Amino acid sequence: MAAEVYLNVAVGGVLTGLVYGLMALGLSVIFGVVRVVNFAHGEMMTIAMYIALTLFTVFHLDPLVMLVPVAAVLFALGYALQAGLINIFITRPEHSQFLLLIAIAIIIVNMLLIIFGPDSQNVQTAYAYESFKFGELIVDATKLYAASTAIVVAGALFGFFRYTPLGTAIRACADNQTGAVVVGLNVKRLYALTFGIGAACVGAAGCMLLLIFDVTPSVGPAYTLLAFVIVITGGLGSMAGAIVGGVLIGLIEAIAGLLFTPSAKSMFVFAILVLVLLVRPQGIMGQRAV
Amino acid sequence: MIARLVEGVRPRALIALAVLLVLFVAAPFVAGDYLLTVLILILYFAFAGQAWNIMMGFAGQLSLGHALYVGLGAYTAAALFVHFGIGPWLGLLVAVPVAAAAGAFIGFLAFRFRVAGAYFAILTIAVAEFARVGFEHLNWTGATAGLFLPVTQYRHNDLWNLRGHPVMFYYILLGATVLAFVACRALLQSRMGYFWLAIREDEEAARAVGIDTFRYKMIAVVISAGMTAFAGVIFAFYYNNLFPEQVFNISQSILIVLAPFVGGLGTLFGPILGAFLLETIAEGMRILLALCGIDLPGTNQLFFGVVLLAVVVAVPEGVWPWLCSRIGLEQKP
Repeated sequence: MAAEVYLNVAVGGVLTGLVYGLMALGLSVIFGVVRVVNFAHGEMMTIAMYIALTLFTVFHLDPLVMLVPVAAVLFALGYALQAGLINIFITRPEHSQFLLLIAIAIIIVNMLLIIFGPDSQNVQTAYAYESFKFGELIVDATKLYAASTAIVVAGALFGFFRYTPLGTAIRACADNQTGAVVVGLNVKRLYALTFGIGAACVGAAGCMLLLIFDVTPSVGPAYTLLAFVIVITGGLGSMAGAIVGGVLIGLIEAIAGLLFTPSAKSMFVFAILVLVLLVRPQGIMGQRAV
Repeated sequence: MIARLVEGVRPRALIALAVLLVLFVAAPFVAGDYLLTVLILILYFAFAGQAWNIMMGFAGQLSLGHALYVGLGAYTAAALFVHFGIGPWLGLLVAVPVAAAAGAFIGFLAFRFRVAGAYFAILTIAVAEFARVGFEHLNWTGATAGLFLPVTQYRHNDLWNLRGHPVMFYYILLGATVLAFVACRALLQSRMGYFWLAIREDEEAARAVGIDTFRYKMIAVVISAGMTAFAGVIFAFYYNNLFPEQVFNISQSILIVLAPFVGGLGTLFGPILGAFLLETIAEGMRILLALCGIDLPGTNQLFFGVVLLAVVVAVPEGVWPWLCSRIGLEQKP
């Protein structure tokens, strides 16, 4: 096979990986602050994908244009979930929290199954088959748009956490919960906001992924697992790590799909997870030992 | 041995247990085919749940990938039967070590590098998914097209080859469930059982008092995996067909987790009570929905999700401990 084939596939993988990174960023933010592992992460993304899909099929609204409203809906959902249910579980044992979120995940998958049926669906945008040519390199327009949007959203999030008072307050909660309470921060509200922000990330990522992949109700668990692998690979609690991990996993998926068969690509992703856990359990960008 | 097992159990509890056992033994004589199928499912999940409980309920290691051991057990025994004509009981001698080795691999990987809590749970899911995708590409076992065991009309129950009427499977599973119950009680009362509980409650403290936590966690995983493989072998010979997408699926792992969790984590009766409650309510729902003329895929699973949510929120310690405190029973089965 010619070298440019590999290059084309690799670039496609990196672009998809950026969107994966944004999805994983949501998981990382939630875990970093609330200390709850969101086992319903991928399922929440399928909600966003179906909202975007419905908006597209009924009103012909482009998923990338609808990104902000969809993210807002997911934000509200995440906020309500944390404020109404998960906050009660903060002091309960870890496995109780896991099972709560697994229950929510099961409910989401089957609600979507009942509403939308089991068939896989996708959107056909006007630019679905367009591509840009840079010399030998051919890049899918959809992937390029999706990845650029992912970078913008992730950048906005970095800025929010770094420079705004609210973002600083949330980081304070993550660093020292007791300290945050002492200085008068409303930790429960900040937790709800954080979960909302994490959900909004995955909402935005869902809109972008809808351009690249089909959606069925049952893909949720696979995306949850993928987000976990990315976050562990990149380093839990590191925002940059989530993006780096996403790009790495996207790249590995694409190359594995080219060299072997696309249906076996997830095996390589899990192999990477095992390798990371063996060699560098704190992840690529993680600082603390687990 | 028997004297030691019943030691400390009050006579009333023993009588209750005996009555329960007689009821289960007698059930196939009165139950129709439909009810028998439900009872088999209850026993299957009670047994698999008991096996899972050793890892999570006793030693505190959350596995969300027990479908891996079900699948490995099922595929090993079925493939040996289909390709070489080796019967399930001999196949068990291969299937159980294969699953136990997989458990040992996960355990080694995780416990050696202090992968705990959420990380451990994710590792178990990931290995199960790895196996699922792997088997989907393994032509020797039929890949995605599935592996089928030869089915013909049997005039008598062939216990050696596990070919025959569901009643045979019912009694095998009943025996396995009773054995698992007794074995789990013996384990809990052994020195190792106390080590497990110590690890579950506070691993640092357990290590500080000199318990080799790595070793005992490994033993818990290996026992749990081996037992689950037996459930897998029965699964294969009862259903006669295996698909990677179905046996290795995450939802299969979750189903195994549900019964002991709903019934009561770490209790001996939890898995049995949980399996009974979940299956009866699920079947009730199915009948009710059928009466209303609603036939939607996913309603049953949705219901499992809602029940799990309700249990997690309202009775987080499980139904059995809750029941015990309600009827004034000491919380010791």
